[in-house]
Amino acid sequence: MALLSKKDANLILDPLADNNPITIQVLGICSALAITAELKASVVMAISVIFVMGIGNVVISLMRNIIPSKIRIIVQLVVIAALVIVVDQVLKAYAYDLSKTLSVFVGLIITNCIIMGRFEAFALGNGIWRSFLDGIGNALGYGVILIIVGFFRELLGSGTLFGIPVLGDPIAKTGLYSIGYENNGFMIIPPAALIVVGVIIWVQRSRNRALIEEA
Amino acid sequence: MALNTEKNSYTVVFAVIMVAVVGSVLAFLASALRARIDENQRFEKQQNILYAMGVNENTPESGVNFIPTDVVEGMFTERIKKQYVLVNGELEEDNQAYLIDMKKQLDALKKGGDARLPVFIGEKEGEEIYVLPMHGKGLWDAIWGFMAVDKEMVVQGVYFDHKAETAGLGANIKMRFFMDDFTGESLLDEGSYAGITVSKTNNDPLNQDKADNEVDALAGATITGNGVSAMIKETLKVYRPYLQTIRNN
Repeated sequence: MALLSKKDANLILDPLADNNPITIQVLGICSALAITAELKASVVMAISVIFVMGIGNVVISLMRNIIPSKIRIIVQLVVIAALVIVVDQVLKAYAYDLSKTLSVFVGLIITNCIIMGRFEAFALGNGIWRSFLDGIGNALGYGVILIIVGFFRELLGSGTLFGIPVLGDPIAKTGLYSIGYENNGFMIIPPAALIVVGVIIWVQRSRNRALIEEA
Repeated sequence: MALNTEKNSYTVVFAVIMVAVVGSVLAFLASALRARIDENQRFEKQQNILYAMGVNENTPESGVNFIPTDVVEGMFTERIKKQYVLVNGELEEDNQAYLIDMKKQLDALKKGGDARLPVFIGEKEGEEIYVLPMHGKGLWDAIWGFMAVDKEMVVQGVYFDHKAETAGLGANIKMRFFMDDFTGESLLDEGSYAGITVSKTNNDPLNQDKADNEVDALAGATITGNGVSAMIKETLKVYRPYLQTIRNN
């Protein structure tokens, strides 16, 4: 890659696969369970987290030499909360419909442990550019899993994708439903997300056995 | 100059500056955007009230389509003939009634105080339609909405919204497939105010039985559904004397 050195590129690519925040580090599970019942919510959440994490990592990295270590967690929380509120207010003024969709996520973004985790583990000790890449990379890794989970839950649970029916009409019994297929109502409740995430973890580790932790 | 970031005095100074800076940035932003945000919220309320009355841009297959924000103000003054507030059972005209926060009014009633309860009167095919605001609790946070009824207490349309119900589950109360089911249901059961119950056991997913005071519930959203039922009951309770006068006329 000409644009990024190999080391920098890995900051983006690692979290997408072999160091994924959800499937390897098992962080950010709460929001992955809560909002993945439909694909649209997953995509909106992924974009919001990419935004907050990219900027947040840069801000923390800029301040890394002046943040008192005793209150660094509080400083990190203030940065996340301030960013989220700024985004929320600007959207309310200029993209009201979008802000209504997002309002559910505001609290979930502030408490997302991946964001705090990257601030603490990376941005406090690295330069601005690398911190930015790390933030974007981890947010993408988080987003990818969210979208995969959202895809399967919406497809199997409601028979739709982005709210558009893709398997036919369950009430009029058309498409797949005409041969006896039924939506699995279990998929739209949160425990199903845990199972889907579990399956992803299993698939990923059986493809790359180096990822399996020593018992 | 090397900073000693470990000193207590530095920590305190840093915290004070951080709070002051972040606080003023957020305060500045909030006041700068206030006017626009208020306007957006005003349009939203007008859109919601009109939506409940059936004044919207829905097509049979579409999702929820409101009257666009640039024309909603004109449409609102045209289609809503009168805005009233009920104070101690007396009607007072109030052209800003749609801005009243229903939660505060219900809280005031609970404390035994006076409340200003909005009523919007619109017209549809020559008949008067009465739109009532609702407010209640879902699973996570507030739910609210508007319900339009005619003289016979038959629902002409509803609009529900929520603050933080679960996406894909409780959040679906604002989807058409849920809200459309209410249209045509009666609030009355043999003359008494029964409301409409969101039922898991009515065995009527297409909601063809409009006389059962029940609509089909959302799978996986029991508590949100119960909240909707309770919210309708609560609205009926506070508006009951007024609804009685409509029926008697």
